[in-house]
Amino acid sequence: MANHAQAETLALREQFDTAEQQKDASTLGMWIFLITEVMFFGGMFLAYTVYRSKYPVTFAVASTSLNVYIGAFNTVVLLCSSFTMVLAVRAAQLGKRRAIVLFLILTLILGFMFLGIKAFEWNEKFQEHHIPGMANFHLEGVPIEQQGQAQLFFSLYFAMTGLHALHMVIGAGIVSCLAWWAHKGKYTAEYMTPVDVGGLYWHFVDIIWIFLFPLLYLIDRHLGKWVS
Amino acid sequence: MNASYGIKSWLLTKDHKRIGLLYLATITLFFFLGGAFATLIRIELLTPQGDLVSSETYNKLFTMHGVVMIFFFLIPSIPATLGNFFLPMMIGARDLAFPKLNLLSWYLLVIGGLFALFAMLAGGVDTGWTFYTPYSTSYSNTWVIATAIGIFVAGFSSILTGLNFIITVHTMRAPGMTWFRMPLFVWAHYATSLIQVLGTPVLAVTIVLVFCERYFHIGIFDPALGGDPVLFQHLFWFYSHPAVYIMILPAMGVISELVSTFARKPVFGYGFVAFSSLAIAVLGFLVWGHHLFVSTQSVYAGLIFSFLSYFVAIPSAIKVFNWTATLYKGSISYATPMLYAFGFIGLFTIGGLTGLFVASLGIDVHVTDTYFVIAHFHYIMVGGAIMAYLGGMHYWWPKMTGRMYPEGWAKLSALVIFLGFNLTFFPQFILGYLGMPRRYHVYPPEFQVLHVLSTAGASVLAVGYVIPMVYFVWSLRYGAIAPANPWGASGLEWKTASPPPKHNFEETPIVTHGAYDYSHVIGEEVEVG
Amino acid sequence: MAPQVDHLLYYLLAVATFFTLLIFVAIFYFAIRYRRRSEKELPHAVHTGMALEIVWSVIPFGLTMIMFTWGADLYFRGSRPPDNALQIYVVGKQWMWKLQHMEGRREINELHVPLGRPVKLTMTSEDVIHSFFVPDFRMKQDVVPGRYSTLWFQPTKAGKYHLFCAEYCGTNHSRMIGWIYVMEPQDYQTWVSGGSGGGSLADAGGKLFESLACANCHHPDGSGRCPTLVGLFGRNVLLSTGHVVKADEAYIRESILQPNAKVVAGYQPIMPTFQGLVTEEGVVQLIEYVRSLNPKPVGAEGSGQMPALTPGVVPGSQRPRVGTAGPAPKER
Repeated sequence: MANHAQAETLALREQFDTAEQQKDASTLGMWIFLITEVMFFGGMFLAYTVYRSKYPVTFAVASTSLNVYIGAFNTVVLLCSSFTMVLAVRAAQLGKRRAIVLFLILTLILGFMFLGIKAFEWNEKFQEHHIPGMANFHLEGVPIEQQGQAQLFFSLYFAMTGLHALHMVIGAGIVSCLAWWAHKGKYTAEYMTPVDVGGLYWHFVDIIWIFLFPLLYLIDRHLGKWVS
Repeated sequence: MNASYGIKSWLLTKDHKRIGLLYLATITLFFFLGGAFATLIRIELLTPQGDLVSSETYNKLFTMHGVVMIFFFLIPSIPATLGNFFLPMMIGARDLAFPKLNLLSWYLLVIGGLFALFAMLAGGVDTGWTFYTPYSTSYSNTWVIATAIGIFVAGFSSILTGLNFIITVHTMRAPGMTWFRMPLFVWAHYATSLIQVLGTPVLAVTIVLVFCERYFHIGIFDPALGGDPVLFQHLFWFYSHPAVYIMILPAMGVISELVSTFARKPVFGYGFVAFSSLAIAVLGFLVWGHHLFVSTQSVYAGLIFSFLSYFVAIPSAIKVFNWTATLYKGSISYATPMLYAFGFIGLFTIGGLTGLFVASLGIDVHVTDTYFVIAHFHYIMVGGAIMAYLGGMHYWWPKMTGRMYPEGWAKLSALVIFLGFNLTFFPQFILGYLGMPRRYHVYPPEFQVLHVLSTAGASVLAVGYVIPMVYFVWSLRYGAIAPANPWGASGLEWKTASPPPKHNFEETPIVTHGAYDYSHVIGEEVEVG
Repeated sequence: MAPQVDHLLYYLLAVATFFTLLIFVAIFYFAIRYRRRSEKELPHAVHTGMALEIVWSVIPFGLTMIMFTWGADLYFRGSRPPDNALQIYVVGKQWMWKLQHMEGRREINELHVPLGRPVKLTMTSEDVIHSFFVPDFRMKQDVVPGRYSTLWFQPTKAGKYHLFCAEYCGTNHSRMIGWIYVMEPQDYQTWVSGGSGGGSLADAGGKLFESLACANCHHPDGSGRCPTLVGLFGRNVLLSTGHVVKADEAYIRESILQPNAKVVAGYQPIMPTFQGLVTEEGVVQLIEYVRSLNPKPVGAEGSGQMPALTPGVVPGSQRPRVGTAGPAPKER
């Protein structure tokens, strides 16, 4: 078996013939997995589409009850974490061990920041009695017989952001492992596939949020109108 | 196979062949569990009254029969046993791309199965395997969530297997193994894997929504809160229709191998059969609404779905014609696997043709939710998929175990299964058109004669399934030792020992010809016919 | 329409039998003719051609297109009840069918209908999804909570026909069955005028209209805070969003239960909901009451097009002709 670098040979699994084959398999594997995730979230997006087109007014009122400033800030946080992730992948390509660890840790910090802010937002919803399924649910500005529809908005809100948060937690776990192994010197310029593939996952979770934010927070909002 | 011994070497194996055998044991258990439920159902239906079990119990029986057979037997069956064992070998690889993920897939099936088993033992679930809302979310007081979790976990088993197969086919073919030199079994599994990977996540999210609705009453399927119960049906069938192609495509892949080997000719129209697998996978995602023709779905949507349903029938027809044409001027052996292949082609033809009935809007309004539909899908799933599965098991048994099964008993049980099957399910077409609804515990007396025929058939069918269990197990000890290639088959898996060594091939094969070239196996060409 | 469904069935059976026999005979013949005669036999490969593959794809496809168009035609006709159909309301619930005739007779698990006249069922469920299935009429339609679905048929032979629930709905799904009785028209007339004399659906609806205080806002002359309901049924309504909808059964039901979903143009969304205050049967009675408010199409009195319910918001709205029975719509 002809191989080019020590690192890749050590990491080569026995079912593969060459390092390149292994890298191809890992990368393709992650892309296919992300496609399954698209289908998974897609079901929720479909339910959202159906109900938003059925109850546009109620959904607009419910959306404006979300804190768009916090949501926007969180979006920026997540985008920055994707940026630091890219820097980590670049560092891995260049074989710079300490840089990899640094950028992965920054990504992790930003990720936890996102999750912390999310927890704060959810708590706010709890205070405002916007938790669906609870007896004290009430959305202001919507008549009593449409409270059920308002609950639907918040159900979708919590389901979608909850699913997203779960994926971020898993992502945080992945990034932590990568940071640890990077620290141990496992990744070099010749063998950095796990960092690459972990980066793909992180970016995907980011992209899901980029869709969630306008769909959930920005219904019927206009720049000229300062609605809180 | 004999590389190492002990429970731990099996439970922690990364060898795709051992994992295939672990799956074999698991799904066989589930098959007999599902079969036990079916037996009770058929016995109850001997009489119009509900005299064997209560209605609550009967409703649980048909629900659990469906859940077990579909999610824990049919969907894994061929891909996870024969696919796992042979797909890598057929393309000249040492293993799948991700062996540890493969083992995880098996554990996920087992864990999912344990959830489902728990639900059954704790009291059962009575929503029907289709668990339509709002009955399943707001009215049933049985173990819906436990069962749903079991299906959810098993779904991930399916997704990971599909993912593994796709990557393997893309990146691990041996040198010279181009796409068009691959056996049709591989093409069929590749197409199946596409469906598993794209469709199953939608089922997963549907289950999450059912869970939220049932547990938190969020209202997504509850009309009183503004929800839409029919939305559930769209989400459910978006997966569950492609799921039936997950169940049949691998079977078709097996049949391609059997027909070719036992006619000793390449499959007629190889390219067409390969592409028809892909066509079925793609088109299969576009027809889910044909389960909703009477559901208050728009008539215009019904029109589109009916039209597309006829489209998806054509690639299957192409396969049947091509297999039949493979027999022309062939050299046909009547070994047991071939008998199963004949049975498949005949019964799948009938089942598929009755699909044309239900695809027709005017007819479906009458026969949907009746025994006609039950007969239609059992012809395909049992007369089709299970026969192909058994045919494949007999075909590859010598390769997997190094032993031959007893041919005489095998032929006999194939015949018993064929006869028993037809007697069980053909009367159900008539029952359905006469108006007998499905999922009925008690029924008007005029339907009894047909039910009695059906139950009689079921008892014959049951015997037919038990006999192979016995002789397969017997053969492990007492069967004749199998050579590397007892059938004179082509295909890389026959070029290695029976059973294969741990790394499948002593050296990575270099492939120089197409999949069904018997001249390398047999000897000189001879004019036939 | 049942015999027509059966004709399509015969066509399907013919095609299916033909192809089944074709495949069975071909396999049988080939299996015997080309059976293996010696172990070392090696047949020549036979190559396919594009022409053959196309032929045996296109011909079956053509046959299936006949199945499609024929079935679609039956389906469309089954989804469009004729205007003169006899209206029956059906409410399905675990585990019984409740049927109401316009004249007021109620039935449980049985439906009496006259021979030779189209019958339209407007159905909803109180709980889970059911399905109204009459095998002898070859008709079936799901009955869904929260919405109306319809099914129509025209009986051609007197007799007694099975009614089944065809969507699994729980424990006694298989006992949610009954009978359709098709009677000679005169017998039906006698039958439908009998019963406990509770008055017609519209009468009951009128009583409900008073007791729920609908009349406080919905004045017949349109002088209240809400639109008049006279002449509403079946007419086009302009909504505050600019959309136009038809005031059918589903619209009226929604207006009672979700009044702010569609607000009539020119009016405020002040109507309270009656969800929880009125049952599905009550809704049906109210619908029939509203229908009864339409001026009867008799003789020279107002018939033909009634103007849309647009009190001056849309310029150029038609005014009713002089001499029309019933009050003019409110004008501004």
